[in-house]
Amino acid sequence: MTLTALSFYLFATVAVASAFMVISARNPVYSVLFLILTFFNSAGLFVLMGAEFLAMILVVVYVGAVAVLFLFVVMMLDIDFAELNEGFLQYMPIGATVGFILLLELLLIFGASTQMVSQSKLPQATPEGMTNAEAIGRVLYTDYIYFFQAAGAVLLVAMIGAIVLTLVKSENPRRQSIAEQNARTREDGVELVDIEPGKGL
Amino acid sequence: MEIGLNHYLTLAAVLFTIGVFGIFLNRKNIIVILMSIELMLLAVNINLVAFSAFLGDLVGQVFALLVLTVAAGEAAIGLAILVVYFRNRGGIAVEDVSQMKG
Repeated sequence: MTLTALSFYLFATVAVASAFMVISARNPVYSVLFLILTFFNSAGLFVLMGAEFLAMILVVVYVGAVAVLFLFVVMMLDIDFAELNEGFLQYMPIGATVGFILLLELLLIFGASTQMVSQSKLPQATPEGMTNAEAIGRVLYTDYIYFFQAAGAVLLVAMIGAIVLTLVKSENPRRQSIAEQNARTREDGVELVDIEPGKGL
Repeated sequence: MEIGLNHYLTLAAVLFTIGVFGIFLNRKNIIVILMSIELMLLAVNINLVAFSAFLGDLVGQVFALLVLTVAAGEAAIGLAILVVYFRNRGGIAVEDVSQMKG
């Protein structure tokens, strides 16, 4: 067994096990932490497939942003998790049935449709003498520039949407008043106080 | 033993199924439902990158990048809606979400 195969099985096993823990952990904080573990292992798989750039992006975006966002929300909201976990086993049979059928179908599709794709030899997606990030950049910024721009627009809309949704209009906002600041004089801004030694204000 | 395309596709299928299963299992906990959706998107990304690697075509990785972007936006919006919903109702029970209409 080669090192590649060994690391594939290691990453895959840990990823699947921690993905299962994500959905079965009682405490959502543990779920988020297992989600992070899943993402790290998937990043390892991406490296194995030769997509280093995406692996790093996965770690940065998912672990650095999305998972931390989840963690914030889980800790910010005061939720009775024991109540939420009621009826946990109630949906187990139907869920298991649907999941099993779906898995079976997916595997059958893969078995039938991947015959024409070579299974063993890895053709290089990244051209020789070029890093993966450079190769992706050459494709992304030329042929797929509109998709890249659209992704930026999606992020902008998501950002504005999240801010608009969660912004709380405060009753007494402390806004900057430039006229008031400019109207201040030295007399009402500075005060000379005579402090006796050892006493303080 | 060589690791082929089918290995990666099988792994992605298993992860996707776990995501679907998680949605069924945690019907009441909307945070875990969102995490299950993230798992499913991750499985899709693994599929895209695997095909990209085994067909020798970089476009799959570009597409995976776009899926990643959408997933991040979806998580942000979903969690924002969740926070607003919690503020209004004091809980996040999925059964009551139908009252949100109108």
